[in-house]
Amino acid sequence: MHVAAIIPWVPLLAAALCTACCASRTLRTLAAPICITGIGTAFVMTLVAIAKLAGAEGDHYTAYLAPWIEVGGAWVDGQYVGGMIANFSYHVDSLTAIMMLAITGVGSLVSIYAAGYMKGDEGYARFFAGVALFIFAMLNLVMADNFVLLFLGWEGVGLASYLLIGHYYRKPSAAAAAQKAFIVNRVGDFGFLLGVFCVYQAFGSIRFEEVLPAARALLTGEAAGLAPGAAAAYAVAQATQAANPAYLLAAPFGLMLGAFGKSAQLPLFVWLPDAMEGPSPVSALIHAATMVTAGVYLIARTIHLFELSPYALPTVAMVGALTAVVGALIAASAFDLKKVFAYSTVSQLGYMFLGVSALSTYGAIFHLVTHAFFKAVLFLTAGSVMHALAGQLDMRKMSGLAKKMPITCVLMLCGCLALAGAPLTSGFFSKDLILADAMSFGISAPTAGAKVVYILASLAGLAAALLTAYYAFRAWFRVFLGDYRVEFGEDDHGHEESHEEHHDPAHPREPHEAPWLMNAPLIVLALGAIFAGILLKATGVIEGAILHSTANSVEAPIAAHHGATEAAAGTGHEEGHAHRHHTPEYLHLLMYGVSAAIAVAGIGLAWLLHYRQRAIADKLRDAAPAFGAALNRKLYFDVLYEKAVVGPLRLVGQIMFLIDSLIVDGAVRLVARGPAFLGRGMQPGQSGKLHAYGLGMAAGIAAAVFLVFFAMSR
Amino acid sequence: MPETAISTLTLAHFLGIGAALFALGVIGFVTRRNLIVMFLCTEMMFQGVVVTLVAFARFHMNTTGQTFVIFVLTIAAAEAALALALVVLLFRRQRTLDASAWTELRG
Repeated sequence: MHVAAIIPWVPLLAAALCTACCASRTLRTLAAPICITGIGTAFVMTLVAIAKLAGAEGDHYTAYLAPWIEVGGAWVDGQYVGGMIANFSYHVDSLTAIMMLAITGVGSLVSIYAAGYMKGDEGYARFFAGVALFIFAMLNLVMADNFVLLFLGWEGVGLASYLLIGHYYRKPSAAAAAQKAFIVNRVGDFGFLLGVFCVYQAFGSIRFEEVLPAARALLTGEAAGLAPGAAAAYAVAQATQAANPAYLLAAPFGLMLGAFGKSAQLPLFVWLPDAMEGPSPVSALIHAATMVTAGVYLIARTIHLFELSPYALPTVAMVGALTAVVGALIAASAFDLKKVFAYSTVSQLGYMFLGVSALSTYGAIFHLVTHAFFKAVLFLTAGSVMHALAGQLDMRKMSGLAKKMPITCVLMLCGCLALAGAPLTSGFFSKDLILADAMSFGISAPTAGAKVVYILASLAGLAAALLTAYYAFRAWFRVFLGDYRVEFGEDDHGHEESHEEHHDPAHPREPHEAPWLMNAPLIVLALGAIFAGILLKATGVIEGAILHSTANSVEAPIAAHHGATEAAAGTGHEEGHAHRHHTPEYLHLLMYGVSAAIAVAGIGLAWLLHYRQRAIADKLRDAAPAFGAALNRKLYFDVLYEKAVVGPLRLVGQIMFLIDSLIVDGAVRLVARGPAFLGRGMQPGQSGKLHAYGLGMAAGIAAAVFLVFFAMSR
Repeated sequence: MPETAISTLTLAHFLGIGAALFALGVIGFVTRRNLIVMFLCTEMMFQGVVVTLVAFARFHMNTTGQTFVIFVLTIAAAEAALALALVVLLFRRQRTLDASAWTELRG
């Protein structure tokens, strides 16, 4: 058995042990070491599994663990034919490897941080059980070799997310946020399932190893020796009856809906900001670094299916670009520190979707990795600030914290620089790659419609980049610079070691720097936030990974620029197709220049409005009250959902409740009350007087005798 | 012949005696309050039934009724032992044999 096959199950074991630790107060403190060990072991095993990848044939190997579902077919010569098969078997290729490293790597660092952050929480063991369960599900999601196992992971991360958002379940807002996340994700999951059904109908299989090469063959025209491209693929599909074109057309839209739900894109993004009710490590791990990128992973993994449908990718591009702008706009006006980063995540995920839609799976996955670093840093430092200020997150109520928390200040600066795309930080490279690829895809697109969509989308991406730099530094300037001023929050969570227990008037409460247990993993992440980009870019690790995985698109493939020549990589049939394109080098350089300027401009604007002259910002806000109010209320998305979806559903619910309480409960109550009524009516008969009973019996016998006598005399 | 000797008494006589015994038993059961007397009255009802059974057995010239009577009497003996023991217990509880002392067992 491959070591890869048991990687996901190690965190599950850890989750089970952590759950057992909930049993007693003394065992609870063991949960953190168990969880960290479990995820750390998975990380080490991932390295081993990746090492084996080097020797594998055909760039990937399948690690089979156990049989699961076999429906409607039969085994013929070791092949399952005529039905659906979905096993616990894991597909390991370079794309999987990157995701596994990101998940277990960031997962271990965040759980080390959480060991300090959650100290003193009554749900300590429960929290770590949730985190380990999440890692299990997420590894299943990225390692699955078929859509059904992927769906298991997909639902599993949803469950873990629900449990962890609702960690403070006694707080009504946290419980509501958990439900909202779960229910909004159901909409996406519905689409995902429909997508999987379509894939099965089209290809007769749900295994990536069968579906993706088949889709690729249709695209390249290998199947029938015809011209490549989406339109031709339909002709091929029709002619050869290899796949039903209608299903080919529909499948990516279903998968897309699933991706939009999980990755919080318009119109399903409303759950992610509310998900910040969970503890900060959860926000960092699940709602920034890993789970929400599952949608991007899904599209990258099945990019051939998206290429087959001519309308799928432009749709993704529009949604991604719009989300990037809307998320950035709301983030720029939010006052809650974690909400700023939550909307920032929504916005950055928009970039990733723009990337995959321009067939720049390289850019999208690159941004996914760098984003995992810098957004984890941002959320965890926000957690440190919240920790220091007893739950205070309102940026209007804190200022000049740099002197009190210097390390946190520097760490968050690293994160903000990378988020803003300051030159040479990791966010700079990945974001520009996406924007340049989208621009170039637009310029070389065959149809006018696609041209407009992609060029507009990349311009929107640039506009969002300006906003991104602005809101990132707006937060940093407001929190860490300026005059020292702090209003503490209400929350005493995790503060048993801090000042307020022996609180005396001579020593007023002061924010304190986070302990080293929390800062050490942050330093690793912050180094990643700054240097990961240039390292990954220079070594071409991710580019190589995409080149050797199914995420390498047919129409705009990554060819091996470095080392091997282009001819060696673009083997035979893939060359000379009309709308195949590579982003020209000058466009990359141009984009580097433009976005460096934009990043500096955004930071400068934030410096002016939130450090030099904070009054100007307030004046600007007052100048356009309607716009400010709209932004503060998330552009009325929640109101829209409340009116259009929640309201009618609640009405239906109330009608159902009435039917239930009147008719169903009424019937039950009737059944219960009938005998009770009858009993009460007969009660006087039970007088306790023996004579009365005797008389009753005698009367009964007499009546029976008379009845018989009467009947016989007839 | 034995048949002619008995033939002066018809079935109706025996049934009448049975019915009379049963009716006396019922009346006694309903009117008396002493637990032992009430129990004796139930025995009297039994005997009314037993006489009826024997009469019918003789009338039909088979032994089914007689057999049944043997069983009934056996059970009545066992039941008498049990019932009298119960009466003793009830008496110990309330220091009286009056049945109305137990009306608190009403529903």
